[in-house]
Amino acid sequence: MTATEPLEKSASAVVPLGQPLLEVRDLHVGFPSQDGMVMALDGVSMTLMPGGTVAVVGESGSGKSTMAHAIINLLPGSGLITGGQVLFDGRDLTAMSRTEIESVRGRGIGFVPQDPMSNLNPVWSVGFQMEEAVRANGVATGRKNVKREATKALELAGLKDAEKRLKQFPHQFSGGMRQRVLIGMGLAARPKLLIADEPTSALDVTVQKVILDHLETMTKDSGTALLFITHDLGLAAERAEQLVVMYRGRIVESGPSEEILANPRHPYTQRLVAAAPSLASRRIQASHAKAKVEGTEPSLAAREVLKTTPRATRKTAPGVDGTPAIAVDNLTKVFRIRGGRGESKYLKAVDDVSFTVERGTTMALVGESGSGKSTVAKLLLQLEDSTSGNIAIAGQDTAGLGRRALFELRSTMQPVFQDPYGSLDPLRNIRHTIAEPLVIHKAGDQEFRRQRVTELLEQVALPANLATRYPGELSGGQRQRVAVARALALKPEIVILDEAVSALDVLVQGQILSLLAELQAELGLTYLFITHDLAVVRMIADRVCVMRQGQIVEAATVDEVFDNPKTEYTRELLAAIPGAKLKLTA
Amino acid sequence: MSSETEPTPRVTPGTRREIPHFVAASTSEESFGIDAVRVTERRSNLWLDAWRDLKGRPLFWISSTMIVALIFVALFPWLFTDTPPNNECFLSNSNGPTTAGHPLGFTKQGCDIYSRLLYGASTSLAVGFIVITLTTFLGVVFGAFSGFYGGWVDSVLSRLGDIFFSIPYILAAVVIMSVLSQYRSVWSISLAIGLFAWPATARVLRSEIFRVKNADFVMASTALGMSRFKILLKHVLPNSIAPVIVITTLSLAGAIVAEASLSFLGVGMGSDIMSWGNDINQAQTYLRTAPLTLIYPSAALFIAVFAFISLGELVRDALDPKARAQR
Amino acid sequence: MTLYILRRVLQAVPVFFGTTLLIYFMVFVMPGDPIIALFGDKSPNPAVIEQLRAQYHLDQPFFVQYFLYIGGLFRGDFGVSFSGEAINSILQRTFPVTARLAVLALGFLTVAGILVGLVSGLRKGKFFDNSSLGVSLVLISLPIFVTAFVAQYVFGVWLGWSRTTVGSGAPVQDLILPAIVLATASFAQVMRLTRSSTLETMNQDFVRTAYSKGLSRRRVIPVHILRNSLIPSVTYLATDFGVLLVGATITEGIFNVPGVGNTLYQAIIRGEGPTVVSFVTVMVLLYLGVNLLIDLLYGLLDPRIRYVK
Repeated sequence: MTATEPLEKSASAVVPLGQPLLEVRDLHVGFPSQDGMVMALDGVSMTLMPGGTVAVVGESGSGKSTMAHAIINLLPGSGLITGGQVLFDGRDLTAMSRTEIESVRGRGIGFVPQDPMSNLNPVWSVGFQMEEAVRANGVATGRKNVKREATKALELAGLKDAEKRLKQFPHQFSGGMRQRVLIGMGLAARPKLLIADEPTSALDVTVQKVILDHLETMTKDSGTALLFITHDLGLAAERAEQLVVMYRGRIVESGPSEEILANPRHPYTQRLVAAAPSLASRRIQASHAKAKVEGTEPSLAAREVLKTTPRATRKTAPGVDGTPAIAVDNLTKVFRIRGGRGESKYLKAVDDVSFTVERGTTMALVGESGSGKSTVAKLLLQLEDSTSGNIAIAGQDTAGLGRRALFELRSTMQPVFQDPYGSLDPLRNIRHTIAEPLVIHKAGDQEFRRQRVTELLEQVALPANLATRYPGELSGGQRQRVAVARALALKPEIVILDEAVSALDVLVQGQILSLLAELQAELGLTYLFITHDLAVVRMIADRVCVMRQGQIVEAATVDEVFDNPKTEYTRELLAAIPGAKLKLTA
Repeated sequence: MSSETEPTPRVTPGTRREIPHFVAASTSEESFGIDAVRVTERRSNLWLDAWRDLKGRPLFWISSTMIVALIFVALFPWLFTDTPPNNECFLSNSNGPTTAGHPLGFTKQGCDIYSRLLYGASTSLAVGFIVITLTTFLGVVFGAFSGFYGGWVDSVLSRLGDIFFSIPYILAAVVIMSVLSQYRSVWSISLAIGLFAWPATARVLRSEIFRVKNADFVMASTALGMSRFKILLKHVLPNSIAPVIVITTLSLAGAIVAEASLSFLGVGMGSDIMSWGNDINQAQTYLRTAPLTLIYPSAALFIAVFAFISLGELVRDALDPKARAQR
Repeated sequence: MTLYILRRVLQAVPVFFGTTLLIYFMVFVMPGDPIIALFGDKSPNPAVIEQLRAQYHLDQPFFVQYFLYIGGLFRGDFGVSFSGEAINSILQRTFPVTARLAVLALGFLTVAGILVGLVSGLRKGKFFDNSSLGVSLVLISLPIFVTAFVAQYVFGVWLGWSRTTVGSGAPVQDLILPAIVLATASFAQVMRLTRSSTLETMNQDFVRTAYSKGLSRRRVIPVHILRNSLIPSVTYLATDFGVLLVGATITEGIFNVPGVGNTLYQAIIRGEGPTVVSFVTVMVLLYLGVNLLIDLLYGLLDPRIRYVK
């Protein structure tokens, strides 16, 4: 990559009033590799006034976290600042000695990291780690004072009975509680600037909202400036007065939040605003009406599969009789957990759940972690046995199915899972992966399978020459397309999408969602779309079931749920969608 | 908690100031297709990456050349010497120095050291390869079943493995060989070592399978109707075999050391079979008077062990993306 | 924590019985009559043989013999050696020597291994790291008897700094060389392990967070990096203890240290089967005990284990 380009020079925004607290000037960060220096930041400049708030938005790999780390000189591994300055209170942090920068961290600049699970040392108690922060920054001295300050900081961060919990270890805290501890640590020495690097992206939306609200109050009260890093444009706009949009190590647009949202000027920002699920309000329409008419007719290729398959039992033209694709009645799943002293505890993961999904439609199952939504998916897919209740797939009751019948049933219903890194066998190439369903179900000969793979790759908009590649060579979005292609190989009627787009960047996510909508229109697919993200639901689903602690608390059409939620919990979820309250003139 | 505030765009009180709206000139890069496929990127999977890493490391070439040479010598020792190792020993040559045709001199019994070393390689490598065949077979069967099926299968197999693991395999082999003193051969020694050395392999594979078996691609195959056993063979084992390869290479070195130790202790090879351990045992009394007779077989043993251990360590690094990143 | 201890101890029970049964079984099914072997080349009187058989319960079925033997173990009776001395009294005489040697070796290998490994990890790719990696590879590849002879030759014969064998009473200064020999290979393993776990810990998120709190390097390295890197090294020591036991046997034999290992060594080279089995049993029990102990220590090191119900 080239170094500084002239246009980046003009990037340093000139702020007319006062002395800036933080000024990043033409910052370059590189990671040495075999092929030379890979630039993670390529001339980034930005300014933050005392007490101000800036949100840096970008997708993964945009360099937003690298910038946060570069500011406090804590780049991972071999990362190097290769050019530019970071002026904090007028002093250049990049030119400081190790001891000097150590005295700025904590006292001058606090830091709240991304993942609450990995950012506390598992072998030390929470109190120990908090006291460490208090002592290192000279907030207090003497055992008693340090302890009192640590307790106070934790209480301020919203940790109830902080004094009692000092002795506990991180693994005894929930994710939200750990994040509170980390926020408490970041603010322990009352810094002038707090850098929060995706502080809540690992948490449930409702917890996220509570914690961000609290963080906002705390920084506001103390006049701490906030540099907020996030991938979520809605969240950024809601939480900061100023937005900085990054793309591939550069700033493409920055300015007042409302203005950028209302009037994005850079093409990349325009796409980002358009794709942000929290701001979109319409279902993706991929000639949906057309699908209703001819969707149930198997396509030419599907008929070919049927011809070459030995299985003549397959029901042609499903859905004529109007039975729902999925009908679930009083489904319950109880897990036995080995308790403390040999006794067993029972956990009702799915509690008396009933719903139906009509053919050719999308049903979204929404819930936070632990709501049992993924267990429902596993029960449907017959990956777990239910404790009680009925599941009917395409009118066929799955209870007491024989091996053979179950095997047949599996070809009518296929899953796509969340993790694009785990859902494909890393040691098999794409052709093998996509052809695997055909092999298992003995559909067609070698040549037919080859053709089918090509056809499927085309359907998910991937080039045919990808067939000989391995999953490690593809991006997350591409892997998820391959997973979709594999799911479609046997021409199933139902696809169960278990958080299938949750791990992807917004733009890629939007792209996959459109692809799914198109495929649904083309092939008449029925989707069960499982997600924690209510915002995405609006873009893809027809009906929604909201789950909480194993139960369905609300089931209705998407419009009803969004416009007129019946239960308190749904209202809470809706309110927690980042950017939900932003008034947009879009 | 004061958390129920309405989220409104935050404005710093008092100092309402203009924030300039900056827009970078758009380049062609940003109008690139989202998530565009670039198929020119170099190919990569676990084995390719490992190979790419290995072939750039000199120690890999050194150790593998040594191993190839050792195997060649072990298979065809007579190609390198005309002197038989055992039955052309003359006491007149006892501890004799280097002479023409006998580059390393003679042992106490007057046997040609060079020839004994060459023939000793056969014994060491034979034991090594028989042992790893045995340990890998037992280890993979035990490890795969206990890791993949879990539950009581795992409990039973793991406990069984613990029992064998609790007797250090050289001690176990000492017990077996001291009772089997009439049946000393490459086979009995290999059996004695291998019978107690497999739990290490089983443990490594078991924990690796625990990691792999919950991957989404395994679930996807289950949802396709693939049988459990086929999933184990086609998806789980190939993805968990890398550490087994590493431990196999290392245990080959371990087996060579074990054989030499047993022979050194006098419960290994009979005196009619060439073994470096035997030679070291014979020569130890002459540490002061004829140190070379001790040094040569020790060096041969060291070289063989070093070659396999270096290879094992390098392969370990190469197969572990995390370790690769650490360098 | 009590629950963790209880479970760990309970787990050790079947392993204890399994191991002793296995050893006993090996001896039982192996060809050769121990009584006849006792007499060597002489052919004894059949009546004497019968009497001895009854005395050692060899006329009883296998499991009866086994349980009699286990009962003996619990009473601290490990049997009688080839020369007729009770194994127990041999142990009383030799164990203190071996314990001294083991403490020296363990102390050396843990302190040096962890220290060198830590520094190596912190200076990844520098001269110190590269050279200690290279040296450790060589040390791992040296079979212990080779190391012992090299040490004997270099320090005893060549430099003349120490005696090649240990004097009577096994004074500590005589044990230093054998202890270092015994520790060498394990030292290299611990060093490599500590190095790689240091590298791994260094890149953990919580280390960055520790720095971001304003902590100095001098605090982060011992408290957050070293402390966490210890866990895999301690686990390794547990499994490595078996190797150390074998190593002690050979080292004590070569240096003529009057310890437990040397007794076993002498029994092996003289082909005294029953004594070998008795001492192997002692060592295996020791190994089980140490493993149990280290697992409990592991619970202290890692609170995630301690507080699992």
